[in-house]
Amino acid sequence: MSAALDIALCALILGVGLATVVGRGVFRAVIFFITYGLLLAIGWARLGAIDVALAEAAISAGLTGALLLAAQGRLRTMKTEAEPPARARLPAALAGLSVACVLGWAWFALPVDQAPDLSQVLPESGVGNPVTAVLLNFRAWDTLLESVVLLTALVGVWMLAQDADWDAALGPRFHARPNGVLANFGRILPPIGLIFGVYLVWAGADDTGGAFQGGTVLAAVILLAMMAGALQPPSVAHPVWRVGLVLGPLVFVLAGIAGALLSDGFLTLPLTIAKPAILTIEAALSLSIAATLALLVIGPPDDQGQDA
Amino acid sequence: MTPMIALLTLPLLAALATIALPRRARAAAAGIGAGATLLAAIWVAVVVWRTGPMDLMLGGWQPPVGIGLRADGLSVALGVMTALVMSAAVLAARFEHATTGPGPRIAFGIWPLILLLWAALNAVFVSRDLFNLYVGLELISLSAVALVAISGKAQAVAAGLRYLLFALTGSLLYLAGVVLTYSAHGMLDIDLLAARTPVPTDALALGLMTAGLLAKTALFPFHVWLPPAHAAAPAPASALLSALVPKASLLILVRLWFEAMPDMATAASLLTLGGLGALAVVWGGVLALVQARLKLIVAYSTVAQLGYVFLAFPLAGGAGAAQPWSAGAWTGAMFQILSHGLAKASMFLTAGIFIAAVGSDRLGDLRGLARALPMTGFAFALSAITLMGLPPSGGFTAKYLMMTSAFAADQRGWAAVLVGGGLLAAAYLYRPMAALFSADIPAAPRAVPRRWQAVPLWLAALAVGLGLMSAAPFDLLQIGRPDIAAEGL
Repeated sequence: MSAALDIALCALILGVGLATVVGRGVFRAVIFFITYGLLLAIGWARLGAIDVALAEAAISAGLTGALLLAAQGRLRTMKTEAEPPARARLPAALAGLSVACVLGWAWFALPVDQAPDLSQVLPESGVGNPVTAVLLNFRAWDTLLESVVLLTALVGVWMLAQDADWDAALGPRFHARPNGVLANFGRILPPIGLIFGVYLVWAGADDTGGAFQGGTVLAAVILLAMMAGALQPPSVAHPVWRVGLVLGPLVFVLAGIAGALLSDGFLTLPLTIAKPAILTIEAALSLSIAATLALLVIGPPDDQGQDA
Repeated sequence: MTPMIALLTLPLLAALATIALPRRARAAAAGIGAGATLLAAIWVAVVVWRTGPMDLMLGGWQPPVGIGLRADGLSVALGVMTALVMSAAVLAARFEHATTGPGPRIAFGIWPLILLLWAALNAVFVSRDLFNLYVGLELISLSAVALVAISGKAQAVAAGLRYLLFALTGSLLYLAGVVLTYSAHGMLDIDLLAARTPVPTDALALGLMTAGLLAKTALFPFHVWLPPAHAAAPAPASALLSALVPKASLLILVRLWFEAMPDMATAASLLTLGGLGALAVVWGGVLALVQARLKLIVAYSTVAQLGYVFLAFPLAGGAGAAQPWSAGAWTGAMFQILSHGLAKASMFLTAGIFIAAVGSDRLGDLRGLARALPMTGFAFALSAITLMGLPPSGGFTAKYLMMTSAFAADQRGWAAVLVGGGLLAAAYLYRPMAALFSADIPAAPRAVPRRWQAVPLWLAALAVGLGLMSAAPFDLLQIGRPDIAAEGL
């Protein structure tokens, strides 16, 4: 039974992946891409990698899907929805196919997995979830730089604004019919999402979850509240939002420096305070990730008043 | 340890400050952050010079569990060169903004983007972990793409998008190679990988990583994104993009081939890398020769100048004992990275001054401009000397070291590339020089403050000084140098 399920899942992943890249129309491709992400998330869950499944569903299918839909919406309003040139298709297909083939060969040629054994060091990390231990302790420097990558992407997106629009609110104007479906969901869902997001961050220390997954759920809460008109998108000049954007990376860097000053070295977390320190960093990171992702989706300052 | 932590965290903290602080405090925060990071870079270099390579195990975890960083001679030489170019770009941007009054968007974005790029470059220079290097590369690419598009013009945004597509393809290929390496060996640290037991997939992993890094370094034939991207950015950003950004992926290539997996080198792969480098020298030079705009000439010159570095792959170590200097080709290539960085940044900053003076960088509009802006004209000539590889510049030292290795190893074909590339550089730089120093009298150029003009002059003088006092940088580069650099691949 489970073998049949897995085979069906693999066939679906391949089929939907193929449907994403062949055929015409940006909107079609985006919808297939979102489906593809959700199927991949199920695949990860089948492999027992629940943390990866959660990240895949939240960030790849959910957030990236929302970003792509927003981009497609902009292309449509600008009436510039162009197809990629036909002459680029064959080389792109051949290049993709050859990379797939050599990676497929590597699958058979690779020796047995050689991942380092974390069971010895995990008790010294302060948390029980090995993924969180890697992200926030063993390889915290990667995670710190990744949180800065998100911030850089947002500053880059803002650089695409028109100069005249700079002081306007971010993103397009949203209109929700009072007492319509969106307005009602905009009141009901955010409190539930808020609890779920905070739970994911809190539980991430010892169980499935973490700052990136929780932050993505919180970003969805912010977006929903903005689309329902319950929360006004800020302008770049809004100081609280800007502080919120840098809070996570700032707390992370300062915690790292504190490790160098008070403990054994940069980014060192002594076991006695490792868990509260990781939770503090994750809480700040989640806030910044939520703010950054939400603002990435709504886009640069825009005074045109385009309807979403 | 302390100076390394300062080098890594100061530009990050300054970048966060420029985002969070109110409008009037941003430029000041960027200036303070730049000055502090410059001091930190010099501090690290002094410590490494005195006591040898410096290790930093992040979080107290040893690889393969944690990430190890090391500042060796090459890291700190790149760190100091980067700090000098960055500081010059920050100064030039401030002077340019004082003259032209940028829009509020650029006034906000340029400081965090420059500082984030700086933080990412420093992180890459000292990292010994292949995945950490990937994260650093992503940060570099994203901030660089935003700097390409920052002017807001349609062609700048288009050039930025094309750059983004190339950079992301490169990232994915590199990441695929990293994943293969990790699943085969369970480690990502360069020193641990050097002692690994080779497996059949190693060649594929190295090939994927190399292909990705070549796309990011803009080596021929992956160079097509570079000239429009570098020419479309504002001059201080162009200086960073051309002088520094390709050097990060180039450094990772050098570390992969000379430090992590030197056993994978084959005669064919070295010939391919050197051959692509030679083609880049010729093709970049020829295209630079036919451009009508100064910034495009300077940008195509970057394609050619990066090509020289790849000659080190086939040349390194050739005929060991017959060489007058050990590791001459490797050291020469690193000299080329340093002197090209200083000279190219200087050249783009002079282009920015010419644009501020006459509002154009078309060669026809620059005629006689050296008479009105003698300091800037002189700076351009000095950096041209370095790019042509004439004595006594750093570019000359670089080519001299590679040339002697080529003759010692009796590989005269590569020597011909070095000579031919120098002649091409002389030809494509002659055209802007002839325009600048012509006897025509320019039509009333706008005055440019002398302290702004002094910025590229300093950089050009440093590029020449690298050749005049080449013993000190030569010795610095030998600190922690891999043995393979002397023995050859």
